[in-house]
Amino acid sequence: MAPHVCEICQTARAQILRPKNHARICAPCFISTFEAEVAETIMSTELFQPGEKVAIGASGGKDSTVLASVLKTLNDRHDWKLDLVLLSIDEGITGYRDHSLEAVKRHSAAYDLPLKIVSYQELYGWSMDQVVAQIGKKGNCTYCGVFRRQALDRGAAMLGVGHVVTGHNADDVAETVLMNLLRGDLPRLSRATNILTHTPSAAKATADSCSQEVSFTDVKRSKPLMYAYEKEIVLYAHHKKLDYFSTECIYSPEAFRGSARTLIKNLERIRPESILDVVRSGIDMAKLVPGGDINCQGSCSSNKKQTVAANADNEEEAEGGCGSSNGKESGGEMAQMELKLQQDELAETSGMETEIKLPAKVTQAANKSDLSQNTASTGMSSIPIRTKQTKSLGKPERNVAPPKQKLGQCERCGYLSSQAICKACVLLEGLNKARPRTGIEVGGNPG
Amino acid sequence: MTSPTIEIKTEFTGGLELLFSNQRKHKVSLPATDLNGQPANITFLIQWLCEHLMKDPRKDMFVLEGSVRPGILVLINDADWELEGEEKYELQAGDEIVFVSTLHGG
Repeated sequence: MAPHVCEICQTARAQILRPKNHARICAPCFISTFEAEVAETIMSTELFQPGEKVAIGASGGKDSTVLASVLKTLNDRHDWKLDLVLLSIDEGITGYRDHSLEAVKRHSAAYDLPLKIVSYQELYGWSMDQVVAQIGKKGNCTYCGVFRRQALDRGAAMLGVGHVVTGHNADDVAETVLMNLLRGDLPRLSRATNILTHTPSAAKATADSCSQEVSFTDVKRSKPLMYAYEKEIVLYAHHKKLDYFSTECIYSPEAFRGSARTLIKNLERIRPESILDVVRSGIDMAKLVPGGDINCQGSCSSNKKQTVAANADNEEEAEGGCGSSNGKESGGEMAQMELKLQQDELAETSGMETEIKLPAKVTQAANKSDLSQNTASTGMSSIPIRTKQTKSLGKPERNVAPPKQKLGQCERCGYLSSQAICKACVLLEGLNKARPRTGIEVGGNPG
Repeated sequence: MTSPTIEIKTEFTGGLELLFSNQRKHKVSLPATDLNGQPANITFLIQWLCEHLMKDPRKDMFVLEGSVRPGILVLINDADWELEGEEKYELQAGDEIVFVSTLHGG
């Protein structure tokens, strides 16, 4: 086969077939195009403020490695004056995280970025190895995910940083969109598809985001690579010869996310545009979801507006799990599904009632108010799209979601929570009492 | 084996090395023609690697339905295999074939 010539420089041999537009380009043109596109994403969404302190959630894996490399490059090139640091979470998984942390340490030296490592052990008194020793390999992803969510925020606060960026790519987002569709959880779409999310208290404190005083409940999250194909991220790392660490977490994988991932990869082989199309569809659908007022200010009105995430508890849940996207401080909405599966299983085996019935009255009322709003504004749709559903542990009635949940702070640790006690504290209490699972626990503390 | 062979370089990265004795680079020498007497192409290489180089029993982490598992990138002399004819690319002596998994986390 005759070699193709790069469509951009018209001289070098084409080495990359771009999934988004089938362009055939050479490696140097690819590198500069990839960087230019990430810069465009960042600038068009006004993701950062000049001089802002930004922590890069760094796992040592491909996505966060590329993110760190690209941000460092762009920050220097465009003189954004961002104060970049690497933030790693040490879950305490021997043979897995200890190796990847070595990669992060090398990145810290190579990119001249300071590195902060926070461990589950220091934050919670439990490493994942210890958690697994206690509860077994099944279901430990829930713990890991819930703990990680807070750990990143706490690590950022320790550094006085109000903004954490993660390496989520287009494939990850497409996966999450599909999973939300597959389990009928449209209200969560906006969180998955928004480039920037943050909590209500952070919204108030935006002006202070450059100051030293950062509460761990005030941390913004964003994903600058959400429009970048995983293929291109890997190729960027390959052609720039970046050193990254890749492995699977040695503990349990997430079956459901795995399936969504396989589906995405199969689609990509047939029609690579599908991935970005799913992402775009997710963004568009998020705008149509009733109750979107709390969820999708960002994508609805304008990308420039920052988005207020529904509530921290949802974030906590939504960020759970690791599995295939492990270590990326992943948005494992998947963990939710896994958790649900585990709970159902647990409930079955212990003869408990599973969470099937939604408390009808409240939910309908919630739907009605949402719908009337929706029909009033759009004059369409009488299909009852569900708003935030209860995902609580075996106590469905407790947090049946009205359109807006009341957000408070955990009585114990002060983390944002719609419950009196946040999920991490509930899990910890279970661990500390040497109880295997929270599902059994009936700790009457209605939020 | 008496039939002619060709020597190529293969590399497994992005987590795939775990399936190949935890070693990234392997020089391999494989028959120049497949069982039907056709010049060895990528399809034949993948099959050959599975049978002769891969010690790990989890073949489906590398190969699905006769081709590489979707999500694994193949680079032929540092270019996407899609630009070179994918499975039908006929191997030349000294070629460098890189398999990169995008499926592994960090």
